Amino acid sequence: MSWLDKIIPNAVRSEVKEERRSSVPEGLWKKCVKCEAVLYRPDLERNLNVCPKCQHHMRIGARRRLEIFLDEGDRKEIHVNVEPIDRLKFKDKKRYRDRLSAAQKSTGERDALVAVEGKLFGMPVIAVAFEFNFHGGSMGYAVGEKFTRSAQTALEKNIPLVCFAASGGARMQEALISLMQMAKTSAVLERMKQFSIPYISVMTDPLYGGVSASLALLGDINVAEPDARAGFAGPNIIEQTIRQKLPKGFQRSEFLLEHGAIDMIVPRGELRGKLAGVLSKLTHSAMSPREEERQIDVPVLTETPAVFAALEGELVVADDDLTGDSTLPRSEP
Amino acid sequence: MNPNYLDFEQPIAELEVKIEELQLVGSDNDINIGEEIANLRAKSTRLTEKVYSNLTAWDIVKVARHPMRPYTMDYIPRVFTDFDELHGDRHFGDDNAIVGGLARLDDEPVVVIGQEKGRSVKDKVARNFGMPKPEGYRKALRLMQLAERFSLPVITLIDTPGAYPGIDSEERGISEAIAQNLAVMSRLKTPIICLVIGEGSSGGALGIGVGDHLAMLQYSTYFVISPEGCANIIWKTSERAPQAAEAMGVTSAVLQKLGIVDATIEEPLGGAHRDLDLIASRVKQHLVEQLRQQRELPVETMLENRYARLMSYGND
Repeated sequence: MSWLDKIIPNAVRSEVKEERRSSVPEGLWKKCVKCEAVLYRPDLERNLNVCPKCQHHMRIGARRRLEIFLDEGDRKEIHVNVEPIDRLKFKDKKRYRDRLSAAQKSTGERDALVAVEGKLFGMPVIAVAFEFNFHGGSMGYAVGEKFTRSAQTALEKNIPLVCFAASGGARMQEALISLMQMAKTSAVLERMKQFSIPYISVMTDPLYGGVSASLALLGDINVAEPDARAGFAGPNIIEQTIRQKLPKGFQRSEFLLEHGAIDMIVPRGELRGKLAGVLSKLTHSAMSPREEERQIDVPVLTETPAVFAALEGELVVADDDLTGDSTLPRSEP
Repeated sequence: MNPNYLDFEQPIAELEVKIEELQLVGSDNDINIGEEIANLRAKSTRLTEKVYSNLTAWDIVKVARHPMRPYTMDYIPRVFTDFDELHGDRHFGDDNAIVGGLARLDDEPVVVIGQEKGRSVKDKVARNFGMPKPEGYRKALRLMQLAERFSLPVITLIDTPGAYPGIDSEERGISEAIAQNLAVMSRLKTPIICLVIGEGSSGGALGIGVGDHLAMLQYSTYFVISPEGCANIIWKTSERAPQAAEAMGVTSAVLQKLGIVDATIEEPLGGAHRDLDLIASRVKQHLVEQLRQQRELPVETMLENRYARLMSYGND
């Protein structure tokens, strides 16, 4: 288990594992971790990785996030050259440098934040998204710096900033430099506030620690996806401290809404339209996305093929057997 | 083991016991043992110097958390005069883990805000062992805004095991409370001087730690995650905390090299708790000097410097 798996709260971790285990197999079919429905992958993707049956919002990567949020075309990735720096020459069981290279190789990203300048219903915006698969979306120098530069670009161009945060917190291996990224990102957001440039923070599952206690809670508008977990301290730490079981729904989006931390919960499929509507009002733009444009196409569910449906009941135990190609229909139905 | 001494200080503790015993003998005996006592004292000092010149990062963490370590409430009456404590966040309650109020520093009015762990068991409980909840950070914010309104500089004393990880803390938005302080402190139109006096643990410390100048006491510590927490994640045991402390660089020496900490205030031999008046006078001298320097600058320049410094964190 990597260090990353260990910092993620247990509840979150078990789901990471489950999600990995239950991808049945790396192919056309995927099982929903929540309702265990077997889903045809193209349908799932058309539905923005939200289970069409139970509406569970599966995690998605940074690039996919930005791709489904921004208008097609007119997109430019910005501040690409920001690289992580190992100032402390941190070493535990492995060198941090080696861990970084491994993460870069496996994700194809330089660090855990992707920034794109693009349009939302024709409105220019800067959108940034955390890549949770890169060191748990943790914030070290590179994430803090890229976020800050993106905010500065928003300031210079006088256009809104939207952030999709998913993070385990500050990055341990950069120690106090990571902590100071909290101060840095909060400072640049405060500057945006003074120039009345809108910043919308979208909290996605999971979101904890230093990122939560800085840039993610500072939105002019704070939004969360349904059922996302977000909080300062991970559930394990709280349970250890107070020696009590945590109440059901603790630190979920609904909990955040009830306690006044966020303005609204918006399902993934409605984010584009909802945020465009909010931003157009904040920026006094005439543009108001028409209702039908706000809705994404609801996919027609592909019927689960008979051969697969027969297996469905046994899927929970039969996962491993299903990794071979032979039993699964691979062709387009 | 003598509880007033840390594990690595035990040889010093043994010498001190001998000195004490001799003094008792001396008082009801005619034999002149003054010379012997003086010798032992000199030896004890040399030993302390030797021990303290070779402290590991983990040793320093232990000194920073020493049960006799001076806390905010020890510094306030020795560094400031005329302290009026102010209470409450005006929304929910008053948090005793953060103390704040009006005071005078060398006759100049200031706002002082500090985290307080509490000395006696009862006091520790009342102060939640120095772990602030959202209302603590919001009280601090209120006092900082009051300081800005009345042109009073802000002095913050950092000493916390972290913001409180509990259900109520989350319900009342601990993340937002800290984030808000970071944002507002970055542009508060009055000087902010920050000093880590003991344990600066992560976001809970930073929540009152953004300013124009950041100093640390020589044997204080500042980290993004406690060495025990870090060791637990990497090695699955807090016993590797010494290694984690070393790897993260939790001392002022390392942090000053990284450009995060501006100055280190030297502590009395054997740590701040060995001579409270001495460390308090050094703290006062430092604060007065820093305030004088900040006040020489036009406010706009001070704010530009503060912002530029924030933006530079992590750059080479």
